Amino acid sequence: MTKYAAPGQPGSVVTYRDRYDHFIGGEYVPPAKGEYFANPTPVTGEEFTEIARGTAEDVDRALDAAHGAARAWGRTSPAERANVLNKIADRVEANLEALAVAETWENGKAIRETLAADLPLAVDHFRYFAGVIRAQEGGISQIDEDLVAYHFQEPLGVVGQIIPWNFPLLMAVWKLAPALAAGNAVVLKPAEQTPASIHVLMELIADLLPPGVVNIVNGFGVEAGKPLASSRRVAKVAFTGETTTGRLIMQYASENIIPVTLELGGKSPNVFFSDVAAQRDAFYDKALEGFTMFALNQGEVCTCPSRALIQSSIYEEFLGDAVERTRAIKQGHPLDTETMIGAQASNDQLEKILSYIDIGKQEGARVLTGGERADLGGELSGGYYVTPTIFEGDNKMRIFQEEIFGPVVAVTSFSDYDDAMKTANDTLYGLGAGVWSRDGSVAYRAGRDIQAGRVWVNNYHAYPAHAAFGGYKQSGIGRENHRVMLDHYQQTKNLLVSYSPNALGFF
Amino acid sequence: MPRVAVTAEAAAVLRRLRASHGDLMFHQSGGCCDGSAPMCYPAGEFRTGESDVHLGDLAVEEFVVPVWMSAAQYEYWSHTHLTIDVVPGRGSGFSLEAPLGIRFLVRSRLLDAEEL
Repeated sequence: MTKYAAPGQPGSVVTYRDRYDHFIGGEYVPPAKGEYFANPTPVTGEEFTEIARGTAEDVDRALDAAHGAARAWGRTSPAERANVLNKIADRVEANLEALAVAETWENGKAIRETLAADLPLAVDHFRYFAGVIRAQEGGISQIDEDLVAYHFQEPLGVVGQIIPWNFPLLMAVWKLAPALAAGNAVVLKPAEQTPASIHVLMELIADLLPPGVVNIVNGFGVEAGKPLASSRRVAKVAFTGETTTGRLIMQYASENIIPVTLELGGKSPNVFFSDVAAQRDAFYDKALEGFTMFALNQGEVCTCPSRALIQSSIYEEFLGDAVERTRAIKQGHPLDTETMIGAQASNDQLEKILSYIDIGKQEGARVLTGGERADLGGELSGGYYVTPTIFEGDNKMRIFQEEIFGPVVAVTSFSDYDDAMKTANDTLYGLGAGVWSRDGSVAYRAGRDIQAGRVWVNNYHAYPAHAAFGGYKQSGIGRENHRVMLDHYQQTKNLLVSYSPNALGFF
Repeated sequence: MPRVAVTAEAAAVLRRLRASHGDLMFHQSGGCCDGSAPMCYPAGEFRTGESDVHLGDLAVEEFVVPVWMSAAQYEYWSHTHLTIDVVPGRGSGFSLEAPLGIRFLVRSRLLDAEEL
């Protein structure tokens, strides 16, 4: 076991500055109104740095810088941009441990996840889009003997990106890598709950990017996010968050007639068919781990498998084993490599989770394990910890229908395949789903019948760059990851060229 | 029967917000991150339509604040009574209270037989 020292403490691999300004035009710029807000770590609740409180003036300044840089950046060769992305990836990889500790301190998640998932995935994401942009080709269509349609991809120009707090670095990279690969300049607003770790990253990679290509404006949604999302000077807005803000961003975008991509969450079903329990073997063990994935990242994942549907013939035994597996989750100091679940990202998130546990109990759902705030003692008493919680109930209950965004799973049973699909699809959302079966055709059919953009079959919570990710139904619009993401950051230019010397004969 | 209410603490915040932003509205959000939370906007900032349900109005002495929710979400919420409260916190999409270091939160209880 290793326990990393907190940032800034003796022996720590990373130190946060006392204050972060906006990163605009390649340099740090104080906020126009001169105000800052304190940033606490959810690990202990203590403040560890202060952050520029951005306003419309700062967003304008960032947009000026982005527009100043966009044209030249958009005209660089794909090879040049790919080189930059590969260098960024190398830099992140070389500083992976420092960034992982910074991210854990910022967000509260367990260090084993930032070390093994968040940062390695970020590195790979830059490399993937460096490769994809090199391999992208336009098209040539022979319309007739003398008329040819050429299709080119061109960057959109300046795009706005609003980043969530659950994976502050990885979600920023999901948006930055394809936007930069496609040749856009970016104004990015981090979440106000996790505004600092992106600056540790920026300081590491700033010299690799031309000034103005990436600009970061911090601040609150209403003061900095809204001016960015409603600006006439952005060609596209990418947002990860929730439905009401997603609708508001679409409203603003409709005023400017620009596209949006939205990732708005889910209530993902994790479906366990009876043959999962046919043997007590490695696969059964894997399925139990798949159930327990609801606790990954403290449940603060848009695709959290927060509804477990278990076939009735194996319900009692599988759920019994799943409860035991869940009770074995080690909760502790997020910087300890043995810790499996860390702190919820903020106090209001903690309060919201507890309010859902309350309504779950009121609705008659049964708590099988957990169901309360955890006091881990010492300096962690001020942090925001919840015990992994399993509810047993009915799919009509609110805890089965609303995204709690905590380590809370709601479990129910199903009788047969049709019943499973009915319950799985009885939700407003369609982002993720899990299907577990030893029967390949059952797993295939279920994967196709569930209305969700990502269905994991016999695995869960894997996020490779080369697999498209995004929502059906109210979970959003567009995809992230995969080369299809480039489409969301490019225009299609068509040159329709006539090689005929002759008039049409119309006039 | 009223389906929505507001705590005294949240009402005090609404008075403060109204002084700087004018008339207000709530729209209950679903989905991830800052979702499953009531979003407070200047009245009319968020366009409601056929896909929304007006749950009721919060009476805060001299003014009222309408509370909205998407109709699809309401199907799953219709058996519960909502009280808008406030807790220390940060971040709530574009909701107006966030810069004050607080955050609106919904507390729920089941409607009883007479209320349904």
